[in-house]
Amino acid sequence: MPNTAIDRKIDRSQMQVSDEIAIEITGMNKWFGTFHVLRDIDLVVQRGERIVIAGPSGSGKSTLIRCINRLEEHQTGRIVVDGTELTSDLKNIDKVRSEVGMVFQHFNLFPHLTILENCTLAPIWVRKTPKKEAEAIAMQYLEKVRIPEQAHKFPGQLSGGQQQRVAIARSLCMRPRIMLFDEPTSALDPEMIKEVLDTMIELAQEGMTMLVVTHEMGFAQAVANRVIFMDQGQIVEQNEPREFFNNPKSERTKLFLSQILGH
Amino acid sequence: MNTRPGAGQPYVRDQMLAEKAPPILAAGPLKWARENLFAGPVNSALTVLGVLVVLWGVQAAYPWLRHSVWTASSLGECRAIIAASWGEGASGACWAIINERWTQFIYGFYPSHLYWRPVLALGLLFFALAPLLFGETVRIRMAVLGVVTLLLVAALVQLGTGSGLSDLALLVALVAALWVMWKTPSRMLWFAVLYPFLAFWLMWGGSIWLPLVALAGLGVGWLALRATLGFGGLVAIVAAIVAPLIWWLFVAGHVFAWLDASLPVAIEAVRSDKFGGFVLSLTIGISGIAMSLPLGILLALGRRSDMFLVKTLSVGFIEFIRGVPLIALLFTASLLLNYFLPPGTNFDIILRVVIMVTLFAAAYIAEVVRGGLAALPRGQFEAADALGMDYWQAQRLIVLPQALKISIPGIVSTFIGLFKDTTLVVFVGLLDPLKGITDAVRAAPDWKGVYWEPYLFVGAIFFIFNFSMSRYSMYLERKLKTDHS
Amino acid sequence: MALASDMPKAGFRPSMLLYDTRYRSLTIQVVVLMLFMAGVAWLVDNTVRNLAALGKDFNYGFLWQRSGYDISQRLIEYSSDSTHGRAMLVGLLNTFLVSAIGCVVATVIGVIAGVLRLSKSWIVARLMTLYVEVFRNIPLLMWILLFYAVVTEAMPPPNAFRGDDAASSMILFDSVAITNRYTAVPDLLFSRSLGSLELGYVSLNINLVLLIAAVVGGVLANRALLRRATRIQEATGARPTTWWQSLALLFGPTLGVLAGLGFHLGYPELKGFNFVGGINVSNSLMTLAAALAIYTGAFIAEFVRAGILSVSQGQTEAAYALGLRPGRTMSLVILPQALRVIIPPMISTYLNITKNSSLAIAVGYLDLRGTLGGITLNQTGRELEAMLLMMLIYLAISLAISAVMNVYNASVKLKER
Repeated sequence: MPNTAIDRKIDRSQMQVSDEIAIEITGMNKWFGTFHVLRDIDLVVQRGERIVIAGPSGSGKSTLIRCINRLEEHQTGRIVVDGTELTSDLKNIDKVRSEVGMVFQHFNLFPHLTILENCTLAPIWVRKTPKKEAEAIAMQYLEKVRIPEQAHKFPGQLSGGQQQRVAIARSLCMRPRIMLFDEPTSALDPEMIKEVLDTMIELAQEGMTMLVVTHEMGFAQAVANRVIFMDQGQIVEQNEPREFFNNPKSERTKLFLSQILGH
Repeated sequence: MNTRPGAGQPYVRDQMLAEKAPPILAAGPLKWARENLFAGPVNSALTVLGVLVVLWGVQAAYPWLRHSVWTASSLGECRAIIAASWGEGASGACWAIINERWTQFIYGFYPSHLYWRPVLALGLLFFALAPLLFGETVRIRMAVLGVVTLLLVAALVQLGTGSGLSDLALLVALVAALWVMWKTPSRMLWFAVLYPFLAFWLMWGGSIWLPLVALAGLGVGWLALRATLGFGGLVAIVAAIVAPLIWWLFVAGHVFAWLDASLPVAIEAVRSDKFGGFVLSLTIGISGIAMSLPLGILLALGRRSDMFLVKTLSVGFIEFIRGVPLIALLFTASLLLNYFLPPGTNFDIILRVVIMVTLFAAAYIAEVVRGGLAALPRGQFEAADALGMDYWQAQRLIVLPQALKISIPGIVSTFIGLFKDTTLVVFVGLLDPLKGITDAVRAAPDWKGVYWEPYLFVGAIFFIFNFSMSRYSMYLERKLKTDHS
Repeated sequence: MALASDMPKAGFRPSMLLYDTRYRSLTIQVVVLMLFMAGVAWLVDNTVRNLAALGKDFNYGFLWQRSGYDISQRLIEYSSDSTHGRAMLVGLLNTFLVSAIGCVVATVIGVIAGVLRLSKSWIVARLMTLYVEVFRNIPLLMWILLFYAVVTEAMPPPNAFRGDDAASSMILFDSVAITNRYTAVPDLLFSRSLGSLELGYVSLNINLVLLIAAVVGGVLANRALLRRATRIQEATGARPTTWWQSLALLFGPTLGVLAGLGFHLGYPELKGFNFVGGINVSNSLMTLAAALAIYTGAFIAEFVRAGILSVSQGQTEAAYALGLRPGRTMSLVILPQALRVIIPPMISTYLNITKNSSLAIAVGYLDLRGTLGGITLNQTGRELEAMLLMMLIYLAISLAISAVMNVYNASVKLKER
């Protein structure tokens, strides 16, 4: 069994999956040049789901979630996010991006702006929020991720874990309905992983729809309601966590689990 | 269990999907065209503009190049041939001037029967530099040197040294050098030390005792270093600098005179004012960079020093040199050096220019090496200290080798800049390949008025040279990045 | 009760000068200082002796003597009766003139070329790469000589423009004539000019002052407009569209002053053997400025490209993921970071342009080196004084530019742990 210390009591009262469909992907294929990176992806995500996507490197998991907010373009198939289909229509892309937040492996905070300015940039320029209101919202989320006192520092002055929490707050300031996480703790030193995972767990407890690409299986066990295993650009297996970890059905899944859970 | 992975239901795939080819518009030439030529309205407009520019350039240059005349003995004759072949009013390139005078552009007024000497000196430069620049793999090194040897042999066959015996001796020596380089490359480091003196003797000729006596100064320095090593690093360094100075300034002259009188061995001497063209540029450029490296390293170390005086002097020197145009320094070399040196001293203009160019390059090298030192992780300095090394040991064994390796791309780029700047020596009366030789050629009534062809020729040679060096330095930079990360 | 761990107090021994770290650096510095002073003393001694042997002394009196030579391309009043000092001033202003033109044009060319080099259009990107590589790898002197040779050898003499059946014609709607001695461009004339103000050494052109005031005023007003727009945006969230107001503010006052002063172009016309009525820009100035600008533009293009590439892709992705459009992403996220990397080497490049302007000797343009370090030096024989003064002036210019760069670097430094 995975050994990350997620031992606090998880409040599951809000973590309910509704029937409303948040993301629907049908028959999606993507190529990088001639390399077939995503093959025939079918996926339905309902509102409130917390999905962990796992798999070996190169399996296309990051590419998949990057297609959901159009950081990557798919060639065939359909992606519908919150009722809006993702095409080359810029208006659709803008609409989707304002509903979907993303947290990156390398944080990608804007180094020339303060923490507060990082968080207020998008609300001011995209949602046209007045500055005072944007700052109030930002402070609210900074308190939520527990670093309000750093608001006037610059990203370079913060630790990795603090930066990633700011990145989460920055995304939340746009009040997204779906949050995507692309290996959020892979670039962190071990002692900082917990603070970020705790923040993500709190988010889950509030009912946020989350897709998380990660190797942190403890997190999957604690909050995920579905684990998806991808390999070679396709979805190989998916199940709820307990079944997934105790009873993997596919050979590839068994191999993968033995590799990452072995140490 | 095989339903599509919809919401919440467990799913396992029974058969992995094979790779498929992307749809037509998603890959291949059409996709390339869509993404790279017509990616949007602005881009498409730019592409069209670019095509127009290319077409305009081709239609302007192509007729001139097509109507090329390669053999003629004067500009007038060229024009007559062009008019006869392609009609009145046609314009054409008169490459005949290059055909006739290309040796002047390359060698200046160096005696033509001695052309083999500068060529040999240039070829041997590759042997001297091989351990440093192509040191990574034996295969690359041997390939480069093999090509150089072949080219040298071909050139020597073409030019000839004047006697069959020395031709043969040279051939044997080259093959031997290749063999030593292959078997025991570390021995070739001796050659790198010998090379400057050998090259000097090849280019300027004269008695062989002059370079040998000068070389002996290095030996004296090394002996002094060994003798005083017991007294500590600083004393040893001072002795290693002072002893050769004493030799060169006071003793060497007498030893040389005695040797030359009792046992004269010499090859034909060539005066400095015969140097010109690319031979001159390469000589000034290469000696400038080679001599500026030790000085530049010292300046970089001085600039990083904690000692206030040393730091101020280094910074002052560097900022002074970088604040003044090279032309001003060259004029200093030709006009003012006579004021600053004891009355009665007057030495070679090329040597004076090389001294100034060395000082100029040293300031830029100092900045490059400073960057290299800064890029070295602090841990290296601390490890050296922890091992108990003193300052000079740490520099020599740990710090400088790594810092210099990181700095090589910057050093190559400084050399490219310096090589381009050697064209400025025309303003102190030397015959650089660009203005100096071209003016000399245009002075002849046969070729008065020609300008495109010589400038294009010299420009093309500079371009080939510099472009290759800059590509090589980018290759080195990429390799260093992958080595480190 | 003597403590066994008491350190024995050592007396001072001479060898400590070298080995004791407390004294070692002091010793080295003293030695270096002594060597330096000895070196300087040796140089000065030699100079004094050489000067004495040649019967010369060291003074700058020649700066107040009559110069006796003409300078055709000049920005201020000067004649052969003026002093050498004034000639030096003319040369210095010429250096500034060609450097300023070179800097401005090189920046424009370099920014456009650098941005285009990153363009998705394959042809345009390759063309810019060709431009950059060709111009960077060939000596500047060759470009200067080539441009100058093309203009002087291939362009027609002014005579060729004469008559109804002229061999050559003017370009740009009969307003510009490129000849082999100069380029005749329209002059800037004011029919209701307000004249000049004499201030002793220099005379101040009132029209120019008014124009500068209009431009500066427009810029300041535009800044105030943008600040007001930002205040409105901070308060309500909606930013008022300001582009047409900005245009009006930036260009309106200037156009107004020009109209009020009766601005019109004086077209050059062939009278006798030369063009009159316009400004005859000497070919040496034009080709020098053009060569400097196009050559240096290639270097600036590389800095611009490196600066934009230095901003990691992740920054763009994060901005897009937040919903920012590409235009806003560029202005709010990419450019501020890229400029920090682009501007310091650009400032060094401006210094290089100023130093490279000394190549004016190749085309006969009389800049500082041409007057003070050239004709004045040759005529008065004061090589030492002239050279030292010239180098000091260049040094002062370079230190000033470096200071500007240091101020910029300090002000935009990204704060780190």
